[in-house]
Amino acid sequence: MRAQPPARARARRTLSTAVAAMGAAALLLGGCAQDPETDPKSGSSADGKAKTTLTVGVFGAFGLQEAGLYDEYMAQNPGIRIEQTSIERNENYYPQLLTHLGTGSGLADIQAVEVNNIAEITATQADKLVDLGKTPGVDKAAYLPWKWAQGTAPAAKGGATVGLGTDIGPQGICYRKDLFEAAGLPSDREAVGALWAGDWNKYLETGKAYKAKAGEGKAFVDSASGVMAAVTGSSAQRFYDEQGKVVYKTNPAVRGAFDLAASFATEGLSAKLQQFTPGWDQGFANGAFATVSCPAWMLGYIQDKAGPSGKDKWDVAQAPKPSNWGGSFLIVPKAGKRAEEAAKLAAWLTAPEQQAKLFEKRGSFPSASAAYKLPTVSGAKHDYFGGAPIGEIFSKAAQGIPVTVVGPKDLVIAQNLADIGMLQIDQKGRSPQEGWEAAVKAIDNALDQ
Amino acid sequence: MTDETALLSPSAAGPKRPAAEGGGRGRSGQVWRSRRYRWDLRWSPYAFVAPFFLFFAVFGLFPLLYTGWAALHQVELTDPDAMTWVGLRNFTRLWDDEFFWNALRNTVTIGLLSTVPQLAIALGVAHLLNYRLRGSAFFRVAVLTPYATSVAAATLVFVLLFGRDYGMINWALSAVGLGAVDWQNGTFASQLAVSTIVIWRWTGYNALIYLAAMQAVPGELYESAALDGASRWQQFLHVTVPSLRPTILFTCVVSTIGATQLFGEPLLFNGGAGATGGSDHQFQTLGLYLYEQGWVNLHLGRASAIAWAMFLILLLIAGAARLLRGRGDSR
Repeated sequence: MRAQPPARARARRTLSTAVAAMGAAALLLGGCAQDPETDPKSGSSADGKAKTTLTVGVFGAFGLQEAGLYDEYMAQNPGIRIEQTSIERNENYYPQLLTHLGTGSGLADIQAVEVNNIAEITATQADKLVDLGKTPGVDKAAYLPWKWAQGTAPAAKGGATVGLGTDIGPQGICYRKDLFEAAGLPSDREAVGALWAGDWNKYLETGKAYKAKAGEGKAFVDSASGVMAAVTGSSAQRFYDEQGKVVYKTNPAVRGAFDLAASFATEGLSAKLQQFTPGWDQGFANGAFATVSCPAWMLGYIQDKAGPSGKDKWDVAQAPKPSNWGGSFLIVPKAGKRAEEAAKLAAWLTAPEQQAKLFEKRGSFPSASAAYKLPTVSGAKHDYFGGAPIGEIFSKAAQGIPVTVVGPKDLVIAQNLADIGMLQIDQKGRSPQEGWEAAVKAIDNALDQ
Repeated sequence: MTDETALLSPSAAGPKRPAAEGGGRGRSGQVWRSRRYRWDLRWSPYAFVAPFFLFFAVFGLFPLLYTGWAALHQVELTDPDAMTWVGLRNFTRLWDDEFFWNALRNTVTIGLLSTVPQLAIALGVAHLLNYRLRGSAFFRVAVLTPYATSVAAATLVFVLLFGRDYGMINWALSAVGLGAVDWQNGTFASQLAVSTIVIWRWTGYNALIYLAAMQAVPGELYESAALDGASRWQQFLHVTVPSLRPTILFTCVVSTIGATQLFGEPLLFNGGAGATGGSDHQFQTLGLYLYEQGWVNLHLGRASAIAWAMFLILLLIAGAARLLRGRGDSR
């Protein structure tokens, strides 16, 4: 049933092409070229209206569908039907997207791209994608400038804006009020934020103070790699320089973040967990750690894993420095038969109003700064986190995030730094230098073609 | 061909023998039929097996050759059409690639840790199932259940069991005073844990193969062994195992192939990080390393070279097994 309208339209096209080849007049050809929607005779489905089906391919629980945006668009545009396919993990989703782009088949009309992959997409695939910057209704001024820049191809590759930003990941620090109180620290979110305001080193000092009073068995942070992701997210230059050269080895910002995060492990402040593993989830449920650097999108995750018993125990404070972790883009492949309709939908889905709805329903923070003035964002509070004014906290963080230089292999570098280097220090008790060298070796091997 | 058909044409054969039934068509029809019969006999088997070879050519041979071709090039997944000829460089660099040797070593140790106990237990289970049991069908289905479980589901459950902080196995170990083990981070511990999943999944499958072979062993052998005063254990050792030798060799070969290609269990055992096989690559198998090179680092050429290296290793093992078997037969 679902595949019917396009299939029928295709069959009709084949037939009429054959007839035209036999010498029949342009009349039929005209009929063939007509949009199925305006052709009353054929291509009509049961409800009497032909529909254009648009497919959206995403990874994980992207939230567009869950927030009801597809339903809303379909209600406004009766000729459109939207279908979504989802692959749970980005590391499975992204290679598949690349193969599909390479062959020009198997693509959804709209595809999602994670921020760590966007530089590779704009650098290598821009010619296969629709320039969404030129789509009617897309307003460059509505977006955070750095987010817009990330979705835009380098000038050498045509300079088209092929990715429209959906959400971003401005970070706060989520903390357990009860554990802070037990350790004699303030628990009010303003006072907690003031403990480490402006300097990640103060976050480490707070951790030491916490440990001194909290005693054995209670860690200050969930994992050293979580800290590292947060600290690297607050510097403009990370793994690549502006010329596109890999500089993570010599960049003091990266090594500094690595060493700072490693001290959380060596000082015994970490619960030695690996993020997004079952053990980490159980750590939330069991209150195994007092703080975690949390991008806006993580609040829902914490709520899920910590469960009802964690309500009113968790709160969220401002992070030491504005920092970004994660976020996504929508792209429209040219190979799609309905690229124009798809671009319209992508523009609508990423418009400030829709991003605000996504934030309200799913907690994905808007990349369109125009949305921050909307009451659904500016006045947003999170019940689970003690009614924290998350709209205010994350807007403030979002506007302070530096314009990050992204590179094609950001994901590979970040992943190896975390899952090889930092994990060896955190879980295997290796020295920071050993961990760093192991990560560099793995990254060298990964980047070597 | 043309001469033959001319000779056999109805006009030539017709008038000579106006047979009672079917007229002129009789003899030629008969010849035709016998000819068709011969053709049928000769060519039909090929037609029947053709679909397999067609599918094999498309989905087996072509990918194999194409992978070999890609292994001689520098190819990136971001642009699979742009291939740069590099000759054997992807292969020669494997010599200096410590990650490759580490993966090979892990594959061998995990392979031994899983295959040897697996086949030994399977043999024992099959022997037990071979007794007259009440509800034997139930037990036979039961041993196959793990095999019918998906790798993903099974591994995720095992990840929880082997959890460091809240896992059931560590809870039990602590309860008896042995202390918790960091199953994911220890080299031996993690390899043992991965092997456990493999053993759990495949023992029943091998047991059923052994059981089938055991039931083909003539009962007289056991009877005469029993008359000679052999105990159950002696019967197992001196009647069952020797009769099962070809089957055991078969399961060894199949398990070795399976162990060389081990992928799903170690991938999922490392919940968050995927293909790295632990922070120290302590349980990264060849399959995982191939996957990491191809689908995480996007180097298709290098991944293809690893794939072919795995294939060659398997051929070597198969050759060694053949040699061993040849020696065994001539003895």
